[in-house]
Amino acid sequence: MTTTPLDKPMPVKKTGLSHNAIFWAGFCVVMALLIVAPLVLPEFWRRFLTEVLIWGLLAMSSDLLIGYTGMISFGHSAFFGLGMYGAAAALLTFSPPNLWLALAFGLIASAVIALFVAYFSTRLRDIYFAITTLIFSQIFYVIIFTWTEVTGGENGLNFRRPPLAIPGLFSMQFNSETMHWFVLAVVTASYLILRRVTRSPFGMVLQSIRENEPRTRAIGYPVERYKIVAVMLSGLFAGLAGVLYALQNRFAAPDFIFFLVSGEAVIFNVMGGIGTLVGPIVGAGFFLLMRELLSRLFGDQFPYLIPLGVVFIVMIIFLPQGLLGFARRWLNR
Amino acid sequence: MSTAANNTPLVAVEDLHTYYGKSHILHGVTLRIGPGEVVGLLGRNGVGKSTTLKTIMGLVQPSRGKVLFDGSVVTGMPPHKLARLGLGYVPEDRRIFRSLTVIENLRTGLDRHGVTDEKKRALLDKAFTYFPVLAERRNQAGGTLSGGEQQMLAIARAMMLEPKIILLDEPTEGLMPRMVSQIRNIVDVLHRENVAILLVEQNVPLTLEASERVYIMEKGAVRHHAAARDLKVNDAVIHQYLGV
Amino acid sequence: MQLTAILYGIPWDQVLIQTVNGIVTGMILALIASGLTLIFGIMDVVNFAHGELFMLGAYIGVVVLATTGNFWLALFIATLVVALLGAAIQIATLRPLLGRDPLTTILATFGVSLILQNYALWQFGPVARKIQEPFSGHFTLFYLEYPWYRLMIAGLSAAIIGGFWLFLKYGKFGIWIRATTQDRVMAEAMGIPVPMVHTVAFAMGAGMAAASGVLFGPLVGVNHTMGLDWVLKAFIVVVVGGMGNLGGSIAAAIFISLLEAYASIWVSPAQAVIVSFVVLILTLLFRPTGLFVPTPK
Repeated sequence: MTTTPLDKPMPVKKTGLSHNAIFWAGFCVVMALLIVAPLVLPEFWRRFLTEVLIWGLLAMSSDLLIGYTGMISFGHSAFFGLGMYGAAAALLTFSPPNLWLALAFGLIASAVIALFVAYFSTRLRDIYFAITTLIFSQIFYVIIFTWTEVTGGENGLNFRRPPLAIPGLFSMQFNSETMHWFVLAVVTASYLILRRVTRSPFGMVLQSIRENEPRTRAIGYPVERYKIVAVMLSGLFAGLAGVLYALQNRFAAPDFIFFLVSGEAVIFNVMGGIGTLVGPIVGAGFFLLMRELLSRLFGDQFPYLIPLGVVFIVMIIFLPQGLLGFARRWLNR
Repeated sequence: MSTAANNTPLVAVEDLHTYYGKSHILHGVTLRIGPGEVVGLLGRNGVGKSTTLKTIMGLVQPSRGKVLFDGSVVTGMPPHKLARLGLGYVPEDRRIFRSLTVIENLRTGLDRHGVTDEKKRALLDKAFTYFPVLAERRNQAGGTLSGGEQQMLAIARAMMLEPKIILLDEPTEGLMPRMVSQIRNIVDVLHRENVAILLVEQNVPLTLEASERVYIMEKGAVRHHAAARDLKVNDAVIHQYLGV
Repeated sequence: MQLTAILYGIPWDQVLIQTVNGIVTGMILALIASGLTLIFGIMDVVNFAHGELFMLGAYIGVVVLATTGNFWLALFIATLVVALLGAAIQIATLRPLLGRDPLTTILATFGVSLILQNYALWQFGPVARKIQEPFSGHFTLFYLEYPWYRLMIAGLSAAIIGGFWLFLKYGKFGIWIRATTQDRVMAEAMGIPVPMVHTVAFAMGAGMAAASGVLFGPLVGVNHTMGLDWVLKAFIVVVVGGMGNLGGSIAAAIFISLLEAYASIWVSPAQAVIVSFVVLILTLLFRPTGLFVPTPK
């Protein structure tokens, strides 16, 4: 048997007319639900949904690497964290706090770090890549944790949420509904962009790297360069998620850079279905929902990661296509 | 165990289909080897000869078909159990354990359940008698041996299992003519000891000399089957399938 | 003259102390890394849960020590229990993944590590525990009292590693392990029961990690996150030493620990870890097969 990385995720089909139509129909339904949700849900669940979207974005960015290029990265926590801290930097340095600057700083910070990490790690294969990205996460964790004067060290940074403002036109403070819609808009835009990217020639090359890297190289593609771009793109969206998190919660902390956060993103990926872009968001939702339910049923101290860890392992062994894959097969009967 | 009637083949495969990923390599291979028989398997490169051996040895799972040993179905059995039942395997490119010494290589076959120390000594001596060069190099790492010596080691190693049948995959490939005749001798020796052999080879004359029967494969299936002496006389068949 | 000024400026007493510290830590790290290397070499599995096995060993040591008061019994039982646990983990989660993409094993062992960590947190709580040293007593190293116990762990770790090396070199099972590591397929074709060898190897690696946990316990507090730091260091050691190379891992473990110990003379321990990261990056850039591995031909 040829070894396919991570057991062949859903192949991207050539879009026939009906497939496209189904997709867009489904998309509109889901969007409608998500837009209406904050209006009907109680506060807690509203914020919960927003958080699911943010973590989903992080997981989705990771999916670009795992699902489409076949590279497992534990470095996303670094990109996420630096997006967060970048936004924090903008919001604390400039007065009045400016949303667009926060976004810009966050994205630039994570892009730069992504380039740095990519440069060192992409020349390595598989396992070494995973370990190196993990080490990098930890490097940044240590730096941020110990550089207390600048980063607030262990305690992190607190800041105010900026208003949604276009200078000269209008300015409006976010409330939890508008925050949700903002996040939804950003995540949806990201999804559509990533979808476009994965279906583009560039995306096809990434998938061919996943399928058979030596052959792709033999054909003549500069595989390293493609990988670096993939990592940067992935890092950019992870950083974006970090900025959103900062805006939503108004603090930045080093805990988010610890490699376990990357690990969680990977868990969301596997649970939802790698290589599907939507899967990770579903996986995030499933995981966070389960966590919430378990702590409601069994109390705060309950080690929810034990049953969830078991589910994760069981899924790796028996359901490698994740929940989405399972649903797809079930619907196809 | 088996009824040991002379009609029960030692190894038989029926309608084997094997895939590598999506490639359909074996399209229904059927053949049999009787106890103590030397049977040849000829065919062009890529026709599925090695895959057939690997499927018999359990290194590759067939998607369809059966493998039988001594009358019992063994399809799907893990290789280490097949080795203990009495199947020996000498792969293409030898694959001796390079970082183990010659003796340690032989020990991988010797260290079996129910083999007394005396027996092990005897088997080891036998190996060194048949392959004196291995005796000389007994404490050297396998990787330091020459190609021909490694081939000797690979065969000796399989013999340590006291197999009923040895699957030999292209033993003369890349060897000098002098070593080729040594391989020929070893096949004879094994035959005298009543060890059956399934010999996959590119070297047609050698195969026709050493074997009693020959199967010829083409495109993943057996296309021709005849006694070796008939093929020696009628070389049109050889021409047709092998182009030599 | 400049040279003598520099030589006087270096705090030699500290350097000597840190040398000893570095070797002690290095030996423990070597013991942990040996288990990791064994597992990776034989079955291509990056055992993310290794740090947690180390941590569990320490906790079991705490429990047995509290019940029996005997350190050596604690060491023995912890090693045994964790070895069995390792075998169970291998059978339940890794055997089904045999033949699949090796990256799935990273994920699976990562999942196991999360489960074990949370289990420890749940069972034992967040407060660190202590393991008492089996004997106290110091000898004087300059103006400091250096505990004998630390030297003993270095010695004991070396003994365990040595014993393990002997086991690999001689003895039937050692040959089986080496053959399986070299060529799994041919080992199976030679009748070696490879699935069982894998399980035993994993169990041995786990046992070694647990032993390190108990030995190291008295030096640091035992708590549920101790695995995390060590697994990272162990990975770095394994990569720097050359994946699957036992001798290399040991050399790398001591090398890195010494560097970190020296670094801690000047910077805080939290920052001294950056040393190992830097060594890793340099290794990956210039000698990715391993610093202590002869250049492949």
